[in-house]
Amino acid sequence: MNKLVNKTLIAAAVSTAFMAGAAQAEDITVVSWGGAYTTSQVEAYHKPWMAKTGNTIVSEDYSGGLAEVKAQVEAGNVTWNLVDVELSDAVRGCDEGILEVIDSSGLPNGADGSSAEDDFLPGTVTECAVGNIVWSTIVAYDTSKVQGVNTMADFFDLDKFPGKRGLRKGPKPNLEMALMADGVPAGDVYDLLNTEAGVDRAFAKLDSIRDSVVWWEAGAQPPQLLADGEVLMTTAYNGRIFNAVAAEGKPFDIMWDGQVWDLDLWVIPKGAGNMEATMDFIKFSTSTQALADQASWISYGPVRKSSAALVGSYHNQPELDMAPHMPTAPANFGNALQNDFEFWADNQDQLNERFNAWLTK
Amino acid sequence: MSTADLTLTQDGIPLKEKLAKTTALQRRRAFLLTLPLVLFLIISFVIPIGQMLFSSVHNDKVSAVVPNFADAILQWDGQGLPSEETFEIFVKDLAAAKKVREVGRTVGNMATRINYEKPGSRSLFTSTARKAGKIKEGPYKEALIKINKKWADPSIWLTLQRAAHDITPAFYIAALDLKYADDGSVIKADELYQIYLDNLMKTLGVSALITFICVLLAYPVAYLLSVLPLRQSNLLMIMVLLPFWTSLLVRTTAWIAILQTEGVINDMLVFLGFISDDGRIQMIYNQTGTIIAMVHILLPFMILPLYSVMKTIPPSYMRAALSMGAKPLYAYRKVYLPQTLPGLAAGTLLVFILAIGYYITPALVGGEDGLLISNLIAYHIQKSLNWSLGAALGTLLLAVVLILYWLYNKLIGIDKLRFG
Repeated sequence: MNKLVNKTLIAAAVSTAFMAGAAQAEDITVVSWGGAYTTSQVEAYHKPWMAKTGNTIVSEDYSGGLAEVKAQVEAGNVTWNLVDVELSDAVRGCDEGILEVIDSSGLPNGADGSSAEDDFLPGTVTECAVGNIVWSTIVAYDTSKVQGVNTMADFFDLDKFPGKRGLRKGPKPNLEMALMADGVPAGDVYDLLNTEAGVDRAFAKLDSIRDSVVWWEAGAQPPQLLADGEVLMTTAYNGRIFNAVAAEGKPFDIMWDGQVWDLDLWVIPKGAGNMEATMDFIKFSTSTQALADQASWISYGPVRKSSAALVGSYHNQPELDMAPHMPTAPANFGNALQNDFEFWADNQDQLNERFNAWLTK
Repeated sequence: MSTADLTLTQDGIPLKEKLAKTTALQRRRAFLLTLPLVLFLIISFVIPIGQMLFSSVHNDKVSAVVPNFADAILQWDGQGLPSEETFEIFVKDLAAAKKVREVGRTVGNMATRINYEKPGSRSLFTSTARKAGKIKEGPYKEALIKINKKWADPSIWLTLQRAAHDITPAFYIAALDLKYADDGSVIKADELYQIYLDNLMKTLGVSALITFICVLLAYPVAYLLSVLPLRQSNLLMIMVLLPFWTSLLVRTTAWIAILQTEGVINDMLVFLGFISDDGRIQMIYNQTGTIIAMVHILLPFMILPLYSVMKTIPPSYMRAALSMGAKPLYAYRKVYLPQTLPGLAAGTLLVFILAIGYYITPALVGGEDGLLISNLIAYHIQKSLNWSLGAALGTLLLAVVLILYWLYNKLIGIDKLRFG
């Protein structure tokens, strides 16, 4: 009882605006990608926010995409309050009216005093979404089996590094990586992919390793494939590989050349309840401190510039500095490509079809 | 006919009337008893399938988003570019639609719809919609083309005109590996993009192969089950049923553990020296894996109908045939086999139809070449969100099953089926 009173008092003191909401605790369902990534969010966002407001968060996992959101919204039975999505889905969902418009004027200023508008990296706050992290698809390999993997061309070179490769099952971002491996500079990749010849060239490059590819779908698979020795190298989400190394002591390393980076953002399915509590959680979780805290659990970069200074070491290993493991660290960012959501919004149906046809033939 | 001729029941009502009354009562009671099931079938089966059939031909994402324009473009003769008035209506509709955030009525919905037929045009709509509100006065045609020169391409307008019809064959055209050419005629899709027909054929082939293997494996087992003494046959029956009662996912995962390159079989072969450590055999995440796992999962559906039929065949028939001088094989072919046909027919139909729509197992162990048509349908429902195309593929699958069922009925006769 005392605890409850305390919580209510703290909540009331912290935020008068949400006094009513905090006094009668509310449940919100927050949906994310599971595994080490959800753990980082639970530790850095959910637990402190629940302690602060007395509200409860139900954490659910999903494997990305808008299918569930669309189904819930169209059925008029929305049970998810907040979903962590990729940029292309945030834009597409907003265009199709299945996401709530988020008023970004309420986002708090950075801890260094800069306004929210300046503090968030360009393009990380959109009409219906507020960004939280920068993540990246990279190439990972097992250092106990192979060394000297330096470029994307190496990943596609079966003569130099014979062995199986893991790739995400889908055209994105394999086509980009194939072109970079074929010598196309990151800046020209999407211009080239906008032409039929460019797409042909990317598929031709994929063809060259096709018989050695093991396809993966969920983010948790690539570290497992590496650990099981099913593949020699694989594309993967950088945070998952970092986690396998930091938390499980696996002998993996990341090859950053030709990384394709993207954003994860919070979106609210249209018609979700508890909007006030949800908005409060968005503001809390995308604050300078929360984003910096999250980065101490997994190596995904905060989207606020002001968070960079506060990013410290891995949560239970003080000697493990997080900054060099971020996709945006200068040493890693030399040849990096941002996933072009507009290109994919325009071409994903067609390229998926071609990819599936290519895969089954 | 006078009342005097009528047979009366004890209470003076004509027998005919009384009988009709009682049977009507019985009929009503029977109807009421089946009512829950009928309602259940309507709600869980008839309505969803009806909806699927409907959404495979119905898509109103143009007429719902830009209604005035949809009316106007249907008047267009398809020559050159639409008239200035049509352009004006389009710009105004688009500007108005940009403000709409109602689900299914946004510019994004229309853009997605057009993008299915004209890949790469999605951003043309969304970006133009953002600027359409700024066009205050004509000439609208020039203003629109200034925003993006793609608007000068007649094929965009032809696509819009086609999509302005709410009832459209477009999704069946896509599902049959066809496409609209720029001039609006239907042509074969580029070979690099053909996927559905090949996959449907592959699904039929794989299902037939699985059914065939099931027959080969199930027939002797069912025979053994039917002739063994009760004790042994019970034990054997439990061995058949135990996997049947085990979760599908558990069984599929077990096959992964057994067949994978680092799995039990490969480890054993390497240990025994039959293959080298680098030469491990790929037995799963391909078509072989799909077939092995699906045969195992569908086998009971073949064994059980066969067994129930074989159980009813008196052993004396075979003995009689043999005692009259028939060679064992001849007796088997003439006496035993024909009597098992109803079970064989039931098992074949059951396994084949289950296999053709199987989803989970190929998704888990199929890799890339083991994926069946149901996985492509799931892909469009869950990932690409092109529900209309998913519905069209589902309808095609349903049609194929119904045709096969009809053919089966013609050849063997549904009344011959015996499931147990």
